[in-house]
Amino acid sequence: MKPVSPFLRLHEPTATVRLTWEGEEIFAAPGDSLAAALLAAGVDTFRASPVSGAPRAPYCMMGTCFECLVNVDGRPAVQACMTEVRDGMVVRRQRGGAEVNDD
Amino acid sequence: MDTDYAIIGGGVVGLSVAHGLAGLGRRVTVLDEGDNAFRASRGNFGLVWVQSKGLKAPTYARWTRKSATLWREFADDLAEGAGIDLSLHQHGGYDFHFSEQSLEDRVRTYEALKADLGGDYPYEVLGHNALKRMEPHIGPKVIAAILHHEDGHVNPLRLLRALATEAGRLGAKVRTGAKVATVQPDAGGFRISLENGHQIAAGRLVICAGLGAATLGPQLGFAAPVRPERGQVLITEKLAPLMNRPSSKVRQVDEGGVQIGDSHEDVGFDDGETLEITAQIARQATDTFPALGRARLVRSWGALRVLTPDGLPIYQQSTVHPGAFLVTCHSGITLAAVHSRLLPLWLEGRADAPDLETFSETRFAVSSAA
Repeated sequence: MKPVSPFLRLHEPTATVRLTWEGEEIFAAPGDSLAAALLAAGVDTFRASPVSGAPRAPYCMMGTCFECLVNVDGRPAVQACMTEVRDGMVVRRQRGGAEVNDD
Repeated sequence: MDTDYAIIGGGVVGLSVAHGLAGLGRRVTVLDEGDNAFRASRGNFGLVWVQSKGLKAPTYARWTRKSATLWREFADDLAEGAGIDLSLHQHGGYDFHFSEQSLEDRVRTYEALKADLGGDYPYEVLGHNALKRMEPHIGPKVIAAILHHEDGHVNPLRLLRALATEAGRLGAKVRTGAKVATVQPDAGGFRISLENGHQIAAGRLVICAGLGAATLGPQLGFAAPVRPERGQVLITEKLAPLMNRPSSKVRQVDEGGVQIGDSHEDVGFDDGETLEITAQIARQATDTFPALGRARLVRSWGALRVLTPDGLPIYQQSTVHPGAFLVTCHSGITLAAVHSRLLPLWLEGRADAPDLETFSETRFAVSSAA
């Protein structure tokens, strides 16, 4: 998969990190934030607003706006911009508000 | 005169009054200090709340309930005029209890008020199991809740925007960055001097300035005995539905975030937040709904509420300078409906105005003279 992304890398990565987005494999560079890696891979909708259902994507890229929330390895509402990519990460779109469970 | 009424203060209280006056066809100018002010509106909890109000003052309990009953129509009118849905839900609210003793004490005070109100005070006690059926996420430490059927909540941010929008549509002018320096009687009305050098001539003047009343009020003969009480508030990330009704300490707002609050601190003019209080109110919330322990907080803040010596509102016309009014209260959201619908009738001196004599600030005269 090589979707067109409006984001270009300054340097081609010398190593790659593999992760999946909505079940599809994508490649990132070590040290990428998850938000940067997804944007570079052409992902343009990270989550749906729990209020209106409207699509959302990263805005501040520094942990403030909470627009970039995704589900990482089953954990809901993770801030992609504050999370570093790891090999084998399973990342999915955040749909609706986070579920918090009683145990 | 530049305006029939100058309203000093553009928070929920000032805009509610301005909205009501504009609806009566009066020319209204709202003077708002700006975002550097100690806005009491910032500390609100979005509640349209009846239970526990006026336990020792049945007239206040009646005034509060009057507002709660007017709220539905008030919200519908704002939605229609301003095109902003306020997400008003009045399906009851809880007062959670963690011990039999606190529950018994509270029920005793409610029964006394119920008797004062002629038996009309619709609340019930839900034991843990009954509560758990309504609120599946309730924690084991909650032994019971008092459910009052007249309680509810609203989106306060949309309320503020709707009031400003609708007051403006009805002809009111809202001036921001307009901090008032001095107020004085002048030529059958009042002259208001702003810190930015501008002057406004108003026929009548209503001080809705929260804590600012303490300095503005005495210029027109008011005692204005108000002091700050800090409240800290937390809000979580947006969550899937976790609770069905609000309480005065924790509620899930219509957009999914859970608001946690209800601290009461006497720290003067300091609206900061502290880790100690954050931890205390968060623990109270997780004792009530343990799943909140897994939610992340996205913001915390402090705000200064406005308190009078007995906690009740003050509605007072200046005896020295008639035409000047002082309006201040602790519960600007709950009272927004009466402040918009009924208080303007009192300001206008109409025969159909509510009797607000018990809320005169002269009730403090004995203690302040002592």
